[in-house]
Amino acid sequence: MTASVLPPAIVLILGGLVLPMLPVRLRGFAILALPLATLLLVWQVPDGVALRAPFLGYELTLVKGDALSRLFATVFAIMAFAGGLFALNQNRVVELAAALCYAGSAIGVVFAGDLISLFIFWELMAIASTLVVWSAGPSARGAGLRYAAIHLLGGVLLMAGIAGEVASTGSLAIGKLELDSLSRGLILAGFLINAGAWPISSWLPDAYPESSWSGMVFLSAFTTKAAVYVLLRCFPGTELLIYVGLFMVFYGIVYAILENDMRRILAYSIVNQVGFMVTGIGIGTELALNGAAAHAFTHIIYKALLLMSAGSVLYMTGKRKCTELGGLFRTMPLTTICGIVGALSISSFPLTSGFVSKSMISDAAGIQRLEMVWYLLAAASAGVFLHAGIKFPWFVFFQKDSGLRPADPPWNMRAAMVLCAALCIGIGVLPGPLYAILPYPVAYVPYTAGHVVFYLQLLLFSGLAFFLMLGWLKRTMTITLDVDWLYRRLGLALARNLNQTAETAWIGVTNSAGRFARGVSSGVRRYHGTDGVLARAWPTGAMAFWMTIMLAAYLILSYLRS
Amino acid sequence: MNAVWPHLPILQVVIPLFGAVLAGFLRRPGPAFAVALVVSWLMPLIAGAMLWQALATGPISYHIGSWPPPWGIEYRVDVLGGFVLVLVSTVGAVIMPFARRSVAFEVEEAQQPWFYCMYLLCLTGLLGIVATGDAFNAFVFLEVSSLSTYVLVALGRDRRALLAAFQYLIMGTIGATFYIIGVGLLYLLTGTLNMVDMAARLGPEWAGHSRAIVAALAFITVGVSLKLALFPLHAWLPNAYAYAPSWVTAFLAATATKVAIYVLVRFFFSIFGIAIDFRDLPVAEIILALSVAAMFVASLIAVFQTDLKRMLAYSSVAQIGYITLGIGLANQAGLTGGLVHVVNHALMKAALFLAVGAIFFRVRSVQLSDLAGIGRKMPITMTAFTIACLGLVGTPGTSGFISKWYLATGAFDKGWWLLVFLIVGSSLIALVYVGRVLEVVWLREPSAALENASDPPLSMLLPLVVLAAATVYFGFETQWTAGIAGTAAKDLIGGLR
Repeated sequence: MTASVLPPAIVLILGGLVLPMLPVRLRGFAILALPLATLLLVWQVPDGVALRAPFLGYELTLVKGDALSRLFATVFAIMAFAGGLFALNQNRVVELAAALCYAGSAIGVVFAGDLISLFIFWELMAIASTLVVWSAGPSARGAGLRYAAIHLLGGVLLMAGIAGEVASTGSLAIGKLELDSLSRGLILAGFLINAGAWPISSWLPDAYPESSWSGMVFLSAFTTKAAVYVLLRCFPGTELLIYVGLFMVFYGIVYAILENDMRRILAYSIVNQVGFMVTGIGIGTELALNGAAAHAFTHIIYKALLLMSAGSVLYMTGKRKCTELGGLFRTMPLTTICGIVGALSISSFPLTSGFVSKSMISDAAGIQRLEMVWYLLAAASAGVFLHAGIKFPWFVFFQKDSGLRPADPPWNMRAAMVLCAALCIGIGVLPGPLYAILPYPVAYVPYTAGHVVFYLQLLLFSGLAFFLMLGWLKRTMTITLDVDWLYRRLGLALARNLNQTAETAWIGVTNSAGRFARGVSSGVRRYHGTDGVLARAWPTGAMAFWMTIMLAAYLILSYLRS
Repeated sequence: MNAVWPHLPILQVVIPLFGAVLAGFLRRPGPAFAVALVVSWLMPLIAGAMLWQALATGPISYHIGSWPPPWGIEYRVDVLGGFVLVLVSTVGAVIMPFARRSVAFEVEEAQQPWFYCMYLLCLTGLLGIVATGDAFNAFVFLEVSSLSTYVLVALGRDRRALLAAFQYLIMGTIGATFYIIGVGLLYLLTGTLNMVDMAARLGPEWAGHSRAIVAALAFITVGVSLKLALFPLHAWLPNAYAYAPSWVTAFLAATATKVAIYVLVRFFFSIFGIAIDFRDLPVAEIILALSVAAMFVASLIAVFQTDLKRMLAYSSVAQIGYITLGIGLANQAGLTGGLVHVVNHALMKAALFLAVGAIFFRVRSVQLSDLAGIGRKMPITMTAFTIACLGLVGTPGTSGFISKWYLATGAFDKGWWLLVFLIVGSSLIALVYVGRVLEVVWLREPSAALENASDPPLSMLLPLVVLAAATVYFGFETQWTAGIAGTAAKDLIGGLR
């Protein structure tokens, strides 16, 4: 092992592991101090390989620094600090411990210098984030299991891809990969599952809202953005990603507009925002990549801010549905203001952080003469303003008077929100420091008259549209169906209807699909279930029979071949 | 020391044999346990010294009674042999402290001295199979270990243990008979029982008489496949594992099937592989197909089990599928993966069965329905259990990942994409059966029946923690597992025609 630095990831991971054993008074200190120490270490990592270790007969590069790694690691460390501050009065210590490990493994991913160490931290991240979901209590059990299953499926694809990549090229290096072989396709699929790309995106709005009021703040920051990082690293300029990204953008908008649960709205909006980044990666010019990286940075902070304000509401009222909330601005003024700052940032309002990052992506599309992409992104910006920029604060804090009179949350939660809000506005007013740490040199000026006027028009008109269409958008007590419904409910429902005669072709098709599914499942149960043929204790004679069969098979097949 | 040094191979076998006799004569549980403990702790030292010697200077050859081979019996320890010897003896040494209380709890007092006597006999047999270089001597040790295993299984409190032991006896005897028929055919062909000599005499001149060789190969393969519980010859295993005393299950799962795998590898690569070209025969294909079937069928059965011990038994059948898959691949990465999984699976399965033993010690049940929320009552036990479970799934950071990595690379080297998917896909099924248990033990509220449950005493806890720690340690430091397995695989594959 050759080391010139302490790996930043290790501080948070080890800290998370020992956290439950610390005395209660020290815990709060540790939760705040560890991310700050990590932030310090992140900036000690030099360019190039900093730490190697032998593993599996390969020389792994556990830490390798460059501008892109440092950018993501920085925002991850900031987020671990802000999230920790927000969660100080979370009394479930498992969640905090898991959250620290989760942040640590995300930082491990961005500093990983080869595919195997990347995969190791990737899986650690999946485990730690599952624990964050689970620690919300019994109601999160099912969602947590589905979350774990999807992420391990992603891990399986990724591992198969990496093994194939190593076997075919002999190289473990992380670099730009052309999408020209099956193994690379698998790697991309593994990455996209974590990014929340359709059709395997429903784990995100399924599991995240079930986490605790503080857990979702952590969850929103790391998994999807680590996926954005690896896509930036490995697949910049892959055209496929433009379409995947655009689909995610609109999918997120449509579902967020339909949604009633405030935290599910924000969950869908994560998919939508990651879609912007994925599109930027697909465009692949330096400006677009800078834009995607910068957007990831700003998005982590303003999405955390939005989720903190939603988390504060949940913490103080225990309610999540828009229909049950409203009029909270009277007694929660600070939460309202912070929520609005977050909402403006996500809508890329001038003077907020979203403006200086998102406009880079759409401009990159314009410069590349991708007119369709440019128009779609512009339309999507309006849609974002509709669902997250106005809808979330309007239904939660204004609209009708729900009769609830909660106070602002405790000091640490207020401090965390103010910190994030200050960052949002600070970056929006003075984008220079952020631009300085982007991977490519920036010659981009966000505040031109044209830009500002264009965005203000876009936002004002969509705001107008929102209030004109308010009657339609008013939320009812509904549940929105997503793809996950297919694998959670449809199979059961179809099986129940099997006895009714199939009258139309459609019903016939779906029924036979259902019958097939039921046949498979009952077949598996028939043969493998506790009383199944394969699982029963066999009589001795049957075993002896199988031995004879095996011997005969060997002999016959051998003689046939020789 | 100098006087002892040349005699290590025979000491490896003779010490536990005399220990068994001594334990039988002592007639009291305490002293008998002490003998078993001392012998078990001595074994890894001898095995380690021999492995070190084999790595440094090549195979050790020991001539019993100074009769030179092929006339006398030769004990021969090469890298592969030393590797398996170290595994078997170390597992025995690590889990031995667990036995005292667990056996006192599960076996009647009058039978406890016999229990330790039988364990030492079983250890003798297992170590002897690996140490010997003589095909017939290996059969003798196979029978020594098998007969003592039947007794150990039958000592379980559950009356069904008797039936399980009886069934195992019948099947084991058929398996041993097949093996000896195969060895007999080889003896007819070559006139020798020494393995090295046998391989040398089965030269190209036998190409015209290959039918007898093929028959011998088929008999030995099927016989040993039964011993190692290759699907569909696994049916004796779930019952034997489920009804044997907890400690016996842990010991057998970690050692007995692994030694049978050693025998298979030895015959394939050091005898038949040198004599004939395997590519002309369908052996590898059959083994691969059965391995994949084991991985899926047994894993699916495990998903539906309600008895934790039976579930782990079926999971063993599935994991053995990974090992034989590596043997069937027969290339450097694949065989390394198979051999390294021998060690990794032994360690994690021993940890799992010990944890089950600890649960039974406290709760008197291993039914999944009785174990809701037990994680909060027995946190250290269940944490170790969870780590070993993650190893079964092949999570990075555990030794299971190392095995799967080599197997997947081995399949890639052959260009078999589908197989790679099957390898990683079957670990998803492992995730299901493991996740089912973890959900019950960690996420449910403890029931009233678990009121008094707590972690077991230190003598039981320590072996468990050591094995779980090893599962993590060997997930990072692979020099002692994959490194040595790779050396062994290189030697074995280098000898193939």
